Amino acid sequence: METNNIHHLRRQVANLRQSLFDQGYVDEQFNELEELQDDATPNFVEEVVSLFYEDSARLIHSIDQSLENHPVDFAKLDNYMHQFKGSSSSIGAKKVKTECTQFMEYCRAGNVEGCKRTFQQLKREYTTVRKKLEIYFQCARQVGPTETTLCHPK
Amino acid sequence: MNLVASSSVSWKSNSNNSDRVEKNEFPAGLRVLVVDDDPTCLMILEKMLRNCHYEVTKSNRAEIALSMLRENRNGFDIVISDVHMPDMDGFKLLEHVGLEMDLPVIMMSADDSKDVVMKGVTHGACDYLIKPVRIEALKNIWQHVIRKKKHEWKDKDFEQSTNVEDGDQHQKPPEDVDYSSSANEGNWKSSKRRKEEEDETEERDDTSTLKKPRVVWSVELHQQFVQAVNQLGIDKAVPKKILELMNVPGLTRENVASHLQKYRLYLRRLSGVSQHQNGLNDSFMGHPEAAYGTMTSFSGLELQALAATGQLPAQSLATFQAAALGRSATKSAISMPLVDQRNLFSFENPKLRYPEGQQQLNNSNKQINLLHGIPTTMEPKQLADLHQSSQSFVPMNMQGNARMQQNNALLMHMSQQQQKQPSRGQMLNESNNGQVSRPPLSMSQPLSSNGIPAAILSRNGIVDNVRGPVYNPVSQASSMVDFSLNQTTELQNSFPLVSSNSGMSTLTSKRLIPEEVNSDIKGSRGFPVGYDIFEELHQQKSQDWGIQNVGSAFGASDHSSIPGTLDVSPSMLVQQGISSMKKNGQNGNSPMGEPQLNLFSGGNLLTVKAEQLPDTSYQSNFLLEQFGQDDLMSAILKQQESVGEVETEFGFDGYPPLDNLPV
Repeated sequence: METNNIHHLRRQVANLRQSLFDQGYVDEQFNELEELQDDATPNFVEEVVSLFYEDSARLIHSIDQSLENHPVDFAKLDNYMHQFKGSSSSIGAKKVKTECTQFMEYCRAGNVEGCKRTFQQLKREYTTVRKKLEIYFQCARQVGPTETTLCHPK
Repeated sequence: MNLVASSSVSWKSNSNNSDRVEKNEFPAGLRVLVVDDDPTCLMILEKMLRNCHYEVTKSNRAEIALSMLRENRNGFDIVISDVHMPDMDGFKLLEHVGLEMDLPVIMMSADDSKDVVMKGVTHGACDYLIKPVRIEALKNIWQHVIRKKKHEWKDKDFEQSTNVEDGDQHQKPPEDVDYSSSANEGNWKSSKRRKEEEDETEERDDTSTLKKPRVVWSVELHQQFVQAVNQLGIDKAVPKKILELMNVPGLTRENVASHLQKYRLYLRRLSGVSQHQNGLNDSFMGHPEAAYGTMTSFSGLELQALAATGQLPAQSLATFQAAALGRSATKSAISMPLVDQRNLFSFENPKLRYPEGQQQLNNSNKQINLLHGIPTTMEPKQLADLHQSSQSFVPMNMQGNARMQQNNALLMHMSQQQQKQPSRGQMLNESNNGQVSRPPLSMSQPLSSNGIPAAILSRNGIVDNVRGPVYNPVSQASSMVDFSLNQTTELQNSFPLVSSNSGMSTLTSKRLIPEEVNSDIKGSRGFPVGYDIFEELHQQKSQDWGIQNVGSAFGASDHSSIPGTLDVSPSMLVQQGISSMKKNGQNGNSPMGEPQLNLFSGGNLLTVKAEQLPDTSYQSNFLLEQFGQDDLMSAILKQQESVGEVETEFGFDGYPPLDNLPV
């Protein structure tokens, strides 16, 4: 029974992971991170992603504040978003990164409404992928680090 | 290849890597310094580099990285740095490293626009990586180290062969070939040493040179160098004569030659920047050229070349020289405080006397249009701007005279000291307060005087610090930085000249010496330069630029019309800093964004509210998620009991709302 359960868990983890890619929440860069994970750093991906959450929470707050300023400082926004884009792309958060790019376009066009709209969308995507990843990591931890590696089809 | 000599050598000088090396695990052990303010990227890069079996040191602060490099000049093989960093522009770091340590530097950025990449090229980066960086890109960075060393040896050989009657040139090709193969055998310094041994057996004028470790261009040494160059006159300043004048035992002609090359590079860059003031620019190394510029007198051709880019008319050069030597007076008192502050948190030594040289630059535009047949990078409009700005500066500078002198003395004194940042901050603030005569500056003054020491203190973080408070102190500091940024971009405007530096130097200097022509600009032996001197000299120019900058910055529009966010943001940051200080109370709790749809409706376990983003509500959202996950986990555990339900319960049916979200 135990073995069956673990086996199913493993399958779940694999499916979870595959859907993250298939649905475009993460891209190849996420895979790169997983490949970096090894025995020396068995929770590397999760640690990096946690670091990303910490850092991006601050950025999101700053951007929110900046968007409420009058007049809006587009240069500053662009700067923030550049940072955000950099870190979200480094963990492979694909949809978030797309929103960042969109945001920066509006920013350069000086379109405040566009920026605000896009930022709301960005926050949604951010929350979504964060949620999915947390679930994924929890399941993966259940299965065990080695198992996780085996689950990677790529 | 003969590895006998390499027994004790590997990447490091005192290696315990020899075992690894002899096991042919090249390029394992490559000592990499990676600098990135983004902690996520930094962590990933470190891991990637470690997986490549490199020795990694990481830093989230460019200043810390630079001081690490300075303290341990031979401790690193290569530097990887992000372009956009809050405390220092990556390109500035690049310049510093190139000048002082002559290490290969790789730039990284999420920005892949051509102009930024070009900037990397013109500033001497040996590679440019687009983020997100993949490990494959990092696996091959060792080639840059080899290449640079190869060039160094090539230059050295060439110079020596031209020097020495018994042509050793024939040695070069075989050595080059051996070099690559020796590199492949995995011993970095061993191959170098092998060359040394071979060279030693040949008759050479400067035999001792080959074995010499890198020359450290200290403040005194550089001063001697500059004096010698001035004495000879820039056209007549050939390495041999400079060497004779300097009369420093142990210094070789090659040392001087490569240093001279760099000096010229800086001068060129400096002149490119002068147009758009940003004197603050990069203070320290930012444009050592600026410093150089003030010290040297150019030949007519060179002047014209420089003037073409709107740089240094001959008269201004002469003045710079005088100014640099500390005689003349002052000019932009205003820019100085800014510069000093900037230098303050960026480096050890504050600079001085920017304005003097700067002033001259701005004032004399006469020769700008003298260029014959040399592509002018300056637009006519820019020239006009320069005219106007320079004219407007004159009265300003006059006012600042007395104070500037005082400040100069102060700063001189300060520059002598090292790493006394806090005290400097105080001193600078004092001098700043005394000097502000410009309304726009006064805006920044209180900010900076408060912010800088804080910024300094906050900067004394350890290597792995997460980014500290970004907003206020940085914005103030960055207002200084901005200027430098502008200046850097200015360099880009003068790109044709800069890029064709070697060409220009050959064209312009009559007394061109073969060995100078042939030595790579980058490739010459790395001599760490006493940046202190550069800063001092450089300051003269930058301060004038600083004036211009200040005016434009606070005019809320960058008159230098340089595209790119970096250029604009400095002024914006300052203004933002001001407005934010006012608005903090107001903005603190204001609801952000409009309420959003509850994305997960209908009893879904994963209910998340993404609407407000004030921190408190954010946290509560995550709490919700926690609950959701717990439920999920228990659901998963239940699944184990009923296998068949696994897919449907947990699969991706659990996410229907998400799937339906418009993307």
